[in-house]
Amino acid sequence: MPDHGAVAAAVAAVHRQDWGRVLAATVRVCRDLDLAEDCTQQAYAEALERWPDDGIPANPAGWLITTARRRAIDAIRRQATLRAKLPLLVEPIDPWDATAEEVNAVDRLPSNGLSREPARDAIEEVPDERLRLIFLCCHPALAQDAQLALTLRLVCGVPAADIARLLLVSETTMAARITRAKKKIRLARIPFRMPRAADLPDRLRSALGVIHLLFSSGHAAPSGARLIHDDAADRAIALGRLLTALMPDEPEVRGLLALMLVIDARRATRVTPDGNLQRLEDQDRSRWDRATIAEADALIVGNLRAGNPGRYTLQAAIAALYAEAPSYQQTDWGQLVVLYDRLLQIWPSPVVALNRSVPLAMVAGPEAALKVVEEIEEAEALPNYPYLPAVKADLLRRLGRPGDAAVAYRRAIDLTANEVERRYLQGRLDLLGS
Amino acid sequence: MKMAQYAILMYADAVAGSGEEHRRHAEDLRDSGAMIAAFALQSADTATTVSGDTVTDGPFVDAKEVIAGICIVEADDLDAALEIAKANPSARLGGSVEVRPVDGAMIERTL
Repeated sequence: MPDHGAVAAAVAAVHRQDWGRVLAATVRVCRDLDLAEDCTQQAYAEALERWPDDGIPANPAGWLITTARRRAIDAIRRQATLRAKLPLLVEPIDPWDATAEEVNAVDRLPSNGLSREPARDAIEEVPDERLRLIFLCCHPALAQDAQLALTLRLVCGVPAADIARLLLVSETTMAARITRAKKKIRLARIPFRMPRAADLPDRLRSALGVIHLLFSSGHAAPSGARLIHDDAADRAIALGRLLTALMPDEPEVRGLLALMLVIDARRATRVTPDGNLQRLEDQDRSRWDRATIAEADALIVGNLRAGNPGRYTLQAAIAALYAEAPSYQQTDWGQLVVLYDRLLQIWPSPVVALNRSVPLAMVAGPEAALKVVEEIEEAEALPNYPYLPAVKADLLRRLGRPGDAAVAYRRAIDLTANEVERRYLQGRLDLLGS
Repeated sequence: MKMAQYAILMYADAVAGSGEEHRRHAEDLRDSGAMIAAFALQSADTATTVSGDTVTDGPFVDAKEVIAGICIVEADDLDAALEIAKANPSARLGGSVEVRPVDGAMIERTL
């Protein structure tokens, strides 16, 4: 018999890995998100209770799915009359789909308690429905902050209180946000199914946007003292890996994963031990995670070879080029400008134009780069964006204009909401005087 | 499966799309069986607003884009309703349409 520690570890692992899968499989039989959540929660609680005596099943996720679905069927039977009046989640049963079959199979299970060992063949047959769940959570009819909260809650199984901490909002706000989103799903009938082929590019962009947002909130929290919220970044990368496994033919899914990996590989050196921001040129490259960078590189090279790289692939290629140079000075600035130009063609964003000015300064000199930055500033494309005056300040410093540089640093300090970034900029400002 | 009903509210500063385009769109919807009802409204300068006992000239919301028409459709789910909304001439030709689920006491269709 496994001891409680081993069971707790097994349950925690299957929680992290398969919560969304268990939930999605349960939604398919009950078409009710709240009920599916309750039953999924119950199944994990039962696992903690029963696995010490029964042993950890060979297929823990399958055991949980079968258990959660049975709990859902029990609840449906108890509430049959009540349910008839409730709007259920829309999930069209396609003739070529195994759903009806599955529902009937679960229906035939004994409803009074569980058999000791769920039939293994029944377990193996349950398809992975997490993609439907992801597309439901990331439906464009929901606000992006709601998409992110729902994804963390339903796909990753993160408790609402932890999501609130991760996204720097109060627990009440987060609970209300999730409740509101679920209400809209129910009443507006946002369907639990794969998007139509014609809608897929849009819907995928929305899902990738949510994962990227989660990663960015982990990478550099927009406010608060801690620069890196490792948990958010880990969750985002896990989601990226999951989506890559579920949609192996979508290059931008791999592109986003590569982008997150290559940035995350530098996690250890972004901040000094005393919590200060470390410039890329001052980071200790020997501490970067080379295996992760190599993994990202393989994804990027594959996508570039296939042609027509998308936004995330190009961003990843840029980040990888920075990461793969033996030293900051030896970075291939010319190639970076080329990649930024390609990125600007498919994604004409002022942020990209601003970032391009950094390698441009190395290739064409700070004067030329300053001109570009000032053009962006004059177009008022990025008002209140702290990185614009920060980049400008650095160029002015290099041009031997410390007075103008100081003004720009002070502007950047006023604009940033991040404590670590503020300290870094203050340090740069102080250096000007010396 | 039971269908749901959605209101499609058409917003435009003037009428976006010609009457002919709207008529063709309405016919397509009627032929597909999705249409429950559709109304084009006279322009907003013909509107009168009532609040309590007060009667004032003009539409309630003082915005550039006002409701120019309304249509009620039947659809399986939001994606199907959005599909219908995207085909609406107002949405395609410079205006916007808002899709809202119809609540409660729905009109029972008699076919």
